[in-house]
Amino acid sequence: MGTAWALAGAGFRRYSTYRQATVAGAFTNTVFGFLRCYVILAVAATAGGMAAGYRGSQLVTYVWIGQGLLAVVQIWGWTDLADRIRTGDVQSDLLRPLHPVASYLATDLGRAGHAALTRFVVPTAVGALCFDMYAPHTLLSYPAFLASTLVAVVVSFGVRYLVNLTAFWLLDIRGVITLWQLGAGVLSGLYFPLAFLPGWAQGVLWLGTPFPAAFQAPIDILVERGSVGHRSLLLFDQLCWAALLIGACMLVQRRAERKLVVQGG
Amino acid sequence: MADLLWRRATTPTGRPGALAGYRQLLAAQVRSQLQYRASFAMDLVGNLLLTLMDVAAVVVLFRVTPVLGGFTLPEVLLISGLANLSFSLCDLAVGNIDTMRQYIRTGRFDAVLTRPLSALLQLVCGDLALRRLGRVTQAVVVLVIALNLAHVRWTPARAVLLVVAPSFGAVLFGSVFVAGSTVSFWFIESGEFSNAFTYGGRDFTAYPITVYAGWFRKAFAYGLGFAFVAYYPALAILDKPDPLGGPRLLSWSSPVVALAAAGVAAFIWRIGIRHYRSTGS
Repeated sequence: MGTAWALAGAGFRRYSTYRQATVAGAFTNTVFGFLRCYVILAVAATAGGMAAGYRGSQLVTYVWIGQGLLAVVQIWGWTDLADRIRTGDVQSDLLRPLHPVASYLATDLGRAGHAALTRFVVPTAVGALCFDMYAPHTLLSYPAFLASTLVAVVVSFGVRYLVNLTAFWLLDIRGVITLWQLGAGVLSGLYFPLAFLPGWAQGVLWLGTPFPAAFQAPIDILVERGSVGHRSLLLFDQLCWAALLIGACMLVQRRAERKLVVQGG
Repeated sequence: MADLLWRRATTPTGRPGALAGYRQLLAAQVRSQLQYRASFAMDLVGNLLLTLMDVAAVVVLFRVTPVLGGFTLPEVLLISGLANLSFSLCDLAVGNIDTMRQYIRTGRFDAVLTRPLSALLQLVCGDLALRRLGRVTQAVVVLVIALNLAHVRWTPARAVLLVVAPSFGAVLFGSVFVAGSTVSFWFIESGEFSNAFTYGGRDFTAYPITVYAGWFRKAFAYGLGFAFVAYYPALAILDKPDPLGGPRLLSWSSPVVALAAAGVAAFIWRIGIRHYRSTGS
């Protein structure tokens, strides 16, 4: 456990050295925040101020919290592991006393912690300054949001890790990354809240894919859409996906290790 | 300068030689991408769906609302189609400039500068993504569908505009790409900064600018010129008056705006490349 903490700390420190990248990333998320916010407000305006169960101010919060969460769950590309598999460096990961999935997860949680303090704060603050944002009515929504975000990071990590593991078989994972980004953008609730879709499609996405659990679940919990029971179900859905994905990571990792041919040298 | 002109005038064989160099760079790229077949196939499929998803996102918004910023679904699709075609043409031609920050960070840019070819063209040819061809095709398909749905009454002028707008829209996007990537000459880790204007610009142009408000609209629509890529040309093709009260002439001004942007981008690029100092790693 001590090792895991140290790795998480290392992940945090690693990202805190990329200051320019942090500023640039927060800036870009903020610009996209304006874009998405205006589009979704235009939708709400003609739909009578209410769209698919969200009020205007809830949609504003939805967009800006989403822009902040993007970097925390790191929904877009992460190829650290795949790069190490391609170069053969991965062999030194396998020699370490901690299981590779655990050690990468610890590092990723450290990275997410850094993003939460920097990349999450900037868009949220700008959104709150420039627009009328919805604040949660019950205090319980805040700790629930924190817990849900933590699980979302694990879910997102699980998918990213699996995507990276395909490098053991494919070496070049550009194509897999493209497919993952495709799903991560549209199916996670980033482009529009999934409630805009017909009921059956929402069911398929929440139960059949991990994408909403990695992005929309914490946002819906914070903007308090639906009943408390409904929001608890979201958290439960997330927990199931997290357990399933980490299990899958362990399993595929074991298969991959048998397949390993060190390329470098 | 005089020296350069002299050489160009006296060695006409210099140019075909340079062209062959670019051609070889491109051919090597094509071969290398075909090496990993499974990955290439997935990349192709993913990119096929990518544009479709952009269109699907617009359609989904219209499930909730009948009009968006005063425009109907076919009208917004036409704007999105023009925006996507402009962007995908630009992405095909110069999208690879995005990788410049890696070249600078790793010091590989030094190698680029030592070769007797233009640095900008080398970066552009460094990774011709075949998959990007697919995106151009999809954008054309979306545009054709939107034109049919919107019941456009064709005139020769409108047909010309349909060709002019995406071509110069691509030039404008290309200028933003080049100018944006120049930032990494100064701030090495700042690659994502330019995404706000390149990919941000694409998403901005995909919707009618009446959707946006305040300084944000002014900065992106007029400051960076994105309103001239799709919004104003679409108004002329649809024969729709501008809800913002602009004159019809604006629909035809994309060449002027794009060429001005290209001039600015070239200027910034020159300053940047003179400022370049190797990271030495």
